Amino acid sequence: MKILVCISHVPDTTSKINFTEGDTKFDTNGVQFVINPNDEFGLTRAMWFKEKQGANVTVINVGGADTEPTLRKALAIGADAAIRVNTVPADGFSVAKQLATVIKDGAYDLVIAGRESIDYNGGMVPGMIAGLVGANFVNNCIGLEVEGTNAKVIREIDGGKETVSTNLPLVIGGQKGLVEETDLRIPNMRGIMMARKKPLTVVEPSSISGETSSMSFEKPAPKGAVTLVSADNLDELVSLLHNEAKVI
Amino acid sequence: MASDLFEAPDYYNLDELLTDEHKLVRDTTRNWVKKEISPIIEDYAQKSEFPMHITKGLAEIGAFGPYIPMKYGGAGLDQISYGLIMQEIERGDSGIRSTASVQSSLVMYPIWKYGNELQRQKYLPKLASGAWIGCFGLTEPDHGSNPAGMITNFKDKGDHYLLNGAKMWISNAPFAHVAVVWAKDENGRIHGLLVERGMEGFSTPKTHSKWSLRASATGELIFDNVKVPKENLLPNKSGLGAPLGCLDSARYGIAWGAIGAAMDCYDTALRYSKERIQFGKPIGQFQLQQKKLAEMITEITKAQILTWRLGLLKNENKATSAQISMAKRNNVHMALNIAREARQILGGMGITGEYSIMRHAMNLESVITYEGTHDIHLLITGLDITGLNAFK
Ligand SMILES: Cc1cc2nc3c(=O)[nH]c(=O)nc-3n(C[C@H](O)[C@H](O)[C@H](O)COP(=O)(O)OP(=O)(O)OC[C@H]3O[C@@H](n4cnc5c(N)ncnc54)[C@H](O)[C@@H]3O)c2cc1C
Repeated sequence: MKILVCISHVPDTTSKINFTEGDTKFDTNGVQFVINPNDEFGLTRAMWFKEKQGANVTVINVGGADTEPTLRKALAIGADAAIRVNTVPADGFSVAKQLATVIKDGAYDLVIAGRESIDYNGGMVPGMIAGLVGANFVNNCIGLEVEGTNAKVIREIDGGKETVSTNLPLVIGGQKGLVEETDLRIPNMRGIMMARKKPLTVVEPSSISGETSSMSFEKPAPKGAVTLVSADNLDELVSLLHNEAKVI
Repeated sequence: MASDLFEAPDYYNLDELLTDEHKLVRDTTRNWVKKEISPIIEDYAQKSEFPMHITKGLAEIGAFGPYIPMKYGGAGLDQISYGLIMQEIERGDSGIRSTASVQSSLVMYPIWKYGNELQRQKYLPKLASGAWIGCFGLTEPDHGSNPAGMITNFKDKGDHYLLNGAKMWISNAPFAHVAVVWAKDENGRIHGLLVERGMEGFSTPKTHSKWSLRASATGELIFDNVKVPKENLLPNKSGLGAPLGCLDSARYGIAWGAIGAAMDCYDTALRYSKERIQFGKPIGQFQLQQKKLAEMITEITKAQILTWRLGLLKNENKATSAQISMAKRNNVHMALNIAREARQILGGMGITGEYSIMRHAMNLESVITYEGTHDIHLLITGLDITGLNAFK
């Protein structure tokens, strides 16, 4: 089984978020980048398929050269090969089109993407890829098993779970539950050394440009100070809510 | 202990001097320490017990013999990677770093460098995987700073060597499977012998009541007519230079490790100084506290640059013993001073196990003594620059 794991290179959740160039660009200064958490659950599940079922695992990212450390980390964790599509992603659709080109060329049986990336939270790429390559698609996956060309996928639904039966080729949007947080792997030193010898292929993008571009970003207003009102002073509370907060 | 909020200071953007691989090595170790060491270490230090279960994790991430070639079970990494691993582990605890240092630099290193192929094949993979833990016996009750005076000795009995003597202050001794023991032959020349647990006449009593390195086990090695097979002698180097070669490697790791302890103390004190309010202001707003913090980050930054340069020299096999001494001495002293100052910034809270600072401060009292005392390293620099020996 040939598995492709889509790896998004995203700011660590503790990063301080700022914008530059008149609020049109994300300021990467001092930001630590990590493997998108939803993708990391998928990668860890892919390692299980590699170890238990002999699957071959390639990881892919659409991005500039600055994303290579993230791909190297995935190789150090155990992926067999990595591909970087050399273009700075413009929007979800253009990323999906780039990925679809590679998926068709590489004839992958299973594509594991994350349900959404934690930077822009678009959540569109996995579904779009499935549409573009004509594969089956299950989103919000919290369980995945493959037997021959049959797949059993567990999907999170409102307040419960749904078990779906489908066939390869398959694209999934994965999340926590594919594996648990305690199953996530830290690469080890031998893995880091072996990653040196594994191929990281840079492919030039197919001529697709983004159809959308960001005009500006805005951060939520900072939280104001807290005013404490004593429990016996309800009149003051009502007056504050009415005159200052203007919510009643 | 409160949760581990550590953020590493990098005042001079030294990350730009590291390769992506170095950063991956460091961040991997840092994450492992946050996950496996920080939550448990305070308890073990308070109980004065070595957390035995973590040897498996140390082995898995590759902290045992990071620079030993892969064919012997190591990771084949460079010296800067080794340093960064030591830095991050000591950020967690000097005792845990001691276990990793001893295993890598004082046990695996001499077997790799001074042993024969059979010995390498027999011991290195077991030590790299953590299946076996090793220890290093140089210091004796009456010979600490002056190891050349050692009295532990062995006699050639034809088909074996007969070993007698005692070693003291030996890290990992109480549970080590194998000891690299330095002893004199009948001509007074120092050799390394591999002594395995279970050999008749070999015992390893534990040293009790330490106020320092409490999460690391220390003990004695006692040899009472131990018959050591002849194939257990390290054949490729003898003389005092052999153990000193191991110490160079370990001291180099300690120079990095001390930065880790200092960074943890600084980071804790900086955060605390912004949160603790006295006289209506965060204490970090008072000049006296700022002086402490500003001096700490200055000293950490200097130590980082010194050590990074030493790492490059070490990678090129050009670092001298005296250069390593300077870094070990400077950095451990720097870390101990920072730990003491940081502890004061935390006031009363600084003495509790809620924070790591007091533990670091106590640990560093051992680190400034072992692997050559603070004084002895000064004499090494003195000898190097004047050519005059002030030891004796
Ligand atoms: C927790 C711990 C773990 C250790 N682990 C190990 C281990 O794994 N293996 C091992 O072999 N050893 C180990 N040691 C031993 C350590 O290396 C020795 O304690 C150290 O070398 C100092 O020796 P000493 O304690 O005998 O002190 P001494 O040599 O007696 O020194 C006492 C004081 O005299 C000073 N002094 C000595 N000679 C001179 C001189 N010529 N000029 C000026 N001042 C001098 C010293 O600087 C020191 O201040 C460990 C020690 C500790 C505390």
